[in-house]
Amino acid sequence: MAQTLQRTPLHDRHLALGARMVPFAGWEMPVQYEGVIAEHKAVRADCGVFDVSHMGEFEVEGPRATELLQSLLSNDLDKIGSGRAQYTLLTNERGGILDDLIAYRLSDFRYLLIVNAANRESDFRWMKEHEIRGSDIRDVSDEYALLAVQGPRAIARLGLPEATPFTFAEAEIDGIDCMVNRTGYTGEDGCELLVMAEDGAALWDRVLARGAVPCGLGARDTLRLEVCFPLHGNDITPDTDAISAALGWCCALEKEFTGAEELRQIKTRGPERKLIPFVMDDKAVPRQGMTISGGGEVTSGTHSPMLDRGIGLGYVPAAASAPDTDLKVDVRGRERRAHVVNRPIYKREE
Amino acid sequence: MAAAETYPDDLKYHKEHDWARIEGSEAALGITWFAQDALGELVHYEPPSEGDVVTRDSAYGEVESVKAVSDVIAPLSGEVIEVNQNVVDEPEKVNADPYGEGWLVRIRLSDPGEADSLLDVEAYKLVVADS
Repeated sequence: MAQTLQRTPLHDRHLALGARMVPFAGWEMPVQYEGVIAEHKAVRADCGVFDVSHMGEFEVEGPRATELLQSLLSNDLDKIGSGRAQYTLLTNERGGILDDLIAYRLSDFRYLLIVNAANRESDFRWMKEHEIRGSDIRDVSDEYALLAVQGPRAIARLGLPEATPFTFAEAEIDGIDCMVNRTGYTGEDGCELLVMAEDGAALWDRVLARGAVPCGLGARDTLRLEVCFPLHGNDITPDTDAISAALGWCCALEKEFTGAEELRQIKTRGPERKLIPFVMDDKAVPRQGMTISGGGEVTSGTHSPMLDRGIGLGYVPAAASAPDTDLKVDVRGRERRAHVVNRPIYKREE
Repeated sequence: MAAAETYPDDLKYHKEHDWARIEGSEAALGITWFAQDALGELVHYEPPSEGDVVTRDSAYGEVESVKAVSDVIAPLSGEVIEVNQNVVDEPEKVNADPYGEGWLVRIRLSDPGEADSLLDVEAYKLVVADS
């Protein structure tokens, strides 16, 4: 099925840097430039920049915007004021996860939602179907480029003031206006820069000139997995619920939202299986879909550049989910030992 | 650090991007520059055991990068007499030196005549150009 891949406003920049381009969620995206491991370590040690313009942006506006989002999203928007952001879930009637996203409260009547590229259309359709009078949802994804600048030196390299995680502000970086969101997907300090699409390439050039290392989706995946951030489509799906996925912390079960009652019931009776992080004891790289002995399954797996060993996330029976529990992963017919660990898998030694 | 693209002319090649350095009745086997470049930095080498029999055109081990795993195909048949333990410990040696320190196994050839079916460097470069 031939399908034209979409390109971000930075496409030419990626080609000029010699990036290896791959199809991802309908987009042609850089998976690596110099190499996944070098890019990963640059983000842990200093600063890297990722083109994440494939992600979707929705604006939700109107006197009843808050009411609409409170009924569709799991977290409680009343906990944040204007200028703050919140990690939250879009849930279905069964408590399954349609998407995970970040909601930015621009004002009491206006929100920005940044959603996964793969779910952009289905999320938008779902939200439009549930729209109420006094709320208006617009897909504004094509208007913007989005650059994630991540790492312990990211903020200093951009010349930005320190700020609390999950806040945002308007700023100018080398003469380019952007929205600076103190959010990310790497476990490091840093920000995500939302910029008009036509300014995206110029901002990318400025960020590189300030010393950020260009990083691809390969490093984005290893970085997020080391800190146990779930990936929608792998670790969380419409068929998995937030309680089993250890995302109960972003579900305000005291309010009403789609699937809240199902989640309350799962929480009361206890989930049958849980999403756990694990580290390989034997030399082997776990991969999505591999079986974990005793009725489990790997949902994400990779080689951790920081630990130099295989790591992953997977669902196991609740009885086998405690940290230090021994697991066996079926790696293409070979049984390889692993054990459950605490979140995050990797944390910098202070 | 990755090596520059090279294909030594003293090696025999298999179209699945594997090489053999034939020395009398033995051969060292490995993967080509093209194969390691396609995979990216290697993080794991799953070798055969010494004494295992490898068969031409069949997988005898696996090499794995952060993103992907790939079978390693034997260009020749024989018995494994040595596994490169240095590559087991430091798989990135394959990226740095795919034809030298990055060799994967040594085998004792069971049918030296098979070598006639392998590609020389010019024929292999055509395979690479088409890949």
